[in-house]
Amino acid sequence: MANSRKIGEVVLDVKNISLRFGGVKALTDISFDVREHEVRAIIGPNGAGKSSMLNCINGVYAPQEGSITFRGRTFTHMNSRQVAEMGIARTFQNLALFKGMSVLDNIMSGRNLKMKTNLFQQAIRWGAAEREETQHREFVERIIDFLEIQAYRKTPVGRLPYGLQKRVDLGRALAMEPQVLLLDEPMAGMNVEEKQDMSRFILDVNDEYGTTIVLIEHDMSVVMDISDRVVVLDYGRKIGDGTPDEVRRNPDVISAYLGTSH
Amino acid sequence: MGFFLETLFGGLMAGMLYSLIALGFVLIFKASGVFNFAQGAMVLFAALAMARFAEWIPKGLGIESKIVGNLLAFAAAMLVMIAVAWLVEKLVLGKLVNQEGITLLMATLGIAYFLDGFGQTIFGSDIYKIDVGLPKDPMFLFESVFPGGVLIGKEDLYAAVIAAALVAALSLFFQKTATGRALRAVADDHQAAQSIGIPLNRIWVIVWSVAGFVALVAGIIWGSKLGVQFSLSLVALKALPVVILGGLTSVPGAIIGGLIIGVGEKLSEVYIGSKIGGGIEIWFAYVLALLFLLVRPQGLFGEKIIDRV
Repeated sequence: MANSRKIGEVVLDVKNISLRFGGVKALTDISFDVREHEVRAIIGPNGAGKSSMLNCINGVYAPQEGSITFRGRTFTHMNSRQVAEMGIARTFQNLALFKGMSVLDNIMSGRNLKMKTNLFQQAIRWGAAEREETQHREFVERIIDFLEIQAYRKTPVGRLPYGLQKRVDLGRALAMEPQVLLLDEPMAGMNVEEKQDMSRFILDVNDEYGTTIVLIEHDMSVVMDISDRVVVLDYGRKIGDGTPDEVRRNPDVISAYLGTSH
Repeated sequence: MGFFLETLFGGLMAGMLYSLIALGFVLIFKASGVFNFAQGAMVLFAALAMARFAEWIPKGLGIESKIVGNLLAFAAAMLVMIAVAWLVEKLVLGKLVNQEGITLLMATLGIAYFLDGFGQTIFGSDIYKIDVGLPKDPMFLFESVFPGGVLIGKEDLYAAVIAAALVAALSLFFQKTATGRALRAVADDHQAAQSIGIPLNRIWVIVWSVAGFVALVAGIIWGSKLGVQFSLSLVALKALPVVILGGLTSVPGAIIGGLIIGVGEKLSEVYIGSKIGGGIEIWFAYVLALLFLLVRPQGLFGEKIIDRV
């Protein structure tokens, strides 16, 4: 991780989060923090509670206990939309793109919060609305170039191969110019080459835009290469937290991944 | 030949009106993925509101001019439809975010029956007239070509022009504006739309209001033709085969589908019905829709369903 970006102060602070679905404990007393500009990974075997954790930060689930603080604002009961307004964007584990819409429209829809003109101005495409659309289009074109999907601009995303859809998902989140980007298994189901591409995009985003990244993966090898710090979950509990090297040496983590020998 | 053309035009005009109602279905489905069973009830409700306001407002305010009276009644009826949209979102759909399609469908079925009954509670259950000054007199076309020409109602012609304009405006709105894009996004995936900060509740109020507007226009045209009465909400059932034919997600599809069914109905009734005994007009649309479900389930213009397995 030899780049020039400077890791700053804590932007996202997760404290003592517990989440239950009926009698099932998805998360128990999880605490960790995320610093500005860092790549923070949450890893763990399947069913460890990684996605639940991400959904708590994203406002999809409301945890029964604990608090999440973003830039000094604590939120307990917020929906995804309010979280988006605060500058937190996300991608989805099982793609949640707008399948019938073109790549361009999908990414443009990520600019929604930045659009200021009202319905009636848009309806008659008058002055401000027209200018606004052009401005946002320029921004979106930069993202399209960045993700190397120029050739698919007008293609409905439902027709693209999986790896490209994942990029569009990332592009839509980037269009929001988020301060924090939550990535839910960005490399799931990809081949080695696609994984490398995606790793490169994530690092570039982090590097060029200074976006703080929280990343979920269950494939340890990829994560260790690109993360600054790693949280390890297992059965809804935190069993490790530290730099990739520290985590790799942690006996609890080793047994969670490889199984205990006793 | 003259008779054939007359039947054809008659079918086209009837089809245009089916299209208007189908348009309401398509709008709500496109923007929220909800199959809105209440569209017919909304047409009746809007037409009732329009008919009664056109009666009450001039009387209450002592307005002489018919145009002003009608305009005020239209505005008032539109406000009522926006209120309906707002209430539907607040009390029903807003509580059902991320639920299965079938849940939402049942909810709209409930709304349909409520609107049917409630409309009659507040507006009365007689047959009312709407008179917005659409010319009633027929005119004759192609008099030089055929003896006697082809008879066409001017009213129908106006209705067709209004419907066509409405469709053009709505297509542009969906394809070209940021709000239209947000509407389509919500239709595809509620969860994802929320995660990029699209306000679901506002989008729903907008789209139900637009559907309310379309219902009002359809209600006025139907109402001034046939009178406003309960059977208006049943006309909506004719719009179901139209959306199957045209595709649930396509605004132009609703129009073409409506025209095909309108024309098909009339022609088959006149030309085939006379041979096998009539009654075809009643089932023609549904049988055609069934055939489409078997052969081309996404309709003529619907988005092809692509599933990656």
